[in-house]
Amino acid sequence: MDYVISILPALLSGVQMTLAVFAITLLGAIPLGMIVAVGLLYRGKNPLAVAGKGLLDGYIWLFRGTPLLLQLIFVFYGLPLVHIVFDRFSAVIFTFILNYAAYFAEIYRGGFGAIEEGQFEAASVLNLTRWQTLRYVVIPQVLKVVLPSMGNEVINLVKDSSLVYVIGLGDLLRAGEVATARDVTLVPLVLVALLYLIMTLVLTLLQRRVEKAFSYYK
Amino acid sequence: MLELKNITKKFGDQTVLAGVDVTIADQKTLAIVGPSGAGKTTLLRIIAGLTPADSGEMIWNGKATTAAKMRQAGLIGVVFQGFELFPNLTVRRNLTLAPTLQGATQAAATAQADQLLAELDLSAQADAYPFSLSGGQKQRVAIARALALKPQILLYDEPTSALDPNLRQSVADLINSVKAQGMTQVVVTHDMDFAQAVADETLTVAKLGGGEA
Repeated sequence: MDYVISILPALLSGVQMTLAVFAITLLGAIPLGMIVAVGLLYRGKNPLAVAGKGLLDGYIWLFRGTPLLLQLIFVFYGLPLVHIVFDRFSAVIFTFILNYAAYFAEIYRGGFGAIEEGQFEAASVLNLTRWQTLRYVVIPQVLKVVLPSMGNEVINLVKDSSLVYVIGLGDLLRAGEVATARDVTLVPLVLVALLYLIMTLVLTLLQRRVEKAFSYYK
Repeated sequence: MLELKNITKKFGDQTVLAGVDVTIADQKTLAIVGPSGAGKTTLLRIIAGLTPADSGEMIWNGKATTAAKMRQAGLIGVVFQGFELFPNLTVRRNLTLAPTLQGATQAAATAQADQLLAELDLSAQADAYPFSLSGGQKQRVAIARALALKPQILLYDEPTSALDPNLRQSVADLINSVKAQGMTQVVVTHDMDFAQAVADETLTVAKLGGGEA
């Protein structure tokens, strides 16, 4: 027990990094994913719209089609070659937000597809603008539809945050590995697992609460 | 008076409307009838501006217009076959959303909504969400929502088809009571008895061809 207490401060400091990456990524990726998804909804035929849509499709393909670990390495070690330099934490946040926004955009896109055309038509005959239709009618319904899938991704994000070790940041998993290597025992990694389980349990409960909050209509 | 002249519409190779003329007289109810697949709903959607006609003219009180202009001017209201209430909004908010977004104060829109709901016997459902309503109640909310924007013409797409058959008479009574308030109405239906119960005039749309008013 004394040993557990002795390594806990280092692990909890790792938890701080994990939670910081988690929270800032969500704050950036949830709205960015929605912006991308709304952009993909646009069916304009003018060259600018077609090019914009191609760009968004390309972005999603790139970030869903390559490992997050690789993206992190490219951003931190590769971009400086073209004079774009991030500090470690900014590189993590930049990469995580772009990566998760790509996944969220695809989830939202599925959500938009689940909204019946009649809802858009009803809004249109009521003379709502496109933005008003999205803001008051469609997006609230999309958010309800995508909650279960978003919950999965959010839990993945907690675990993905352990990838920050690759560019030398200390998160929970790294703190555990350091203690394990130093003290030659698996106890720190068991504690790490427990801390991840606690975090994902809290998120699962939170997800249920949010789903319940959205259950006022069907 | 709204007139549509020589309206044509094809879907791919299939001609759905081949030169249909429609005259919608003020404060009357026009029933558009015809067999399934004859293009009744397509015609209604063209009037509502939801489906573009391939060709034809639209004349409102003697002046050439388009369905889009009619809609932007708030002249057309639509009651959809499936009602298309917004499930995430209360009944009252379904009625006040468009008016408030178009400049009405919340207080004025709410007062108007509450009055419409009272007239349609829906006051008790004002704070309910659409999923908890019966089919008949949903339809009345859909009518109230359309009326909240004070249109000149109200279009109904198959108003009886999503409802219990024994509600047919009450739907007819409702449409007649809206007409009594001076509304011009167009009712698309495949049900001839229902058409007779509500219509001042009837337009029969034949399958694969023209029709006459």
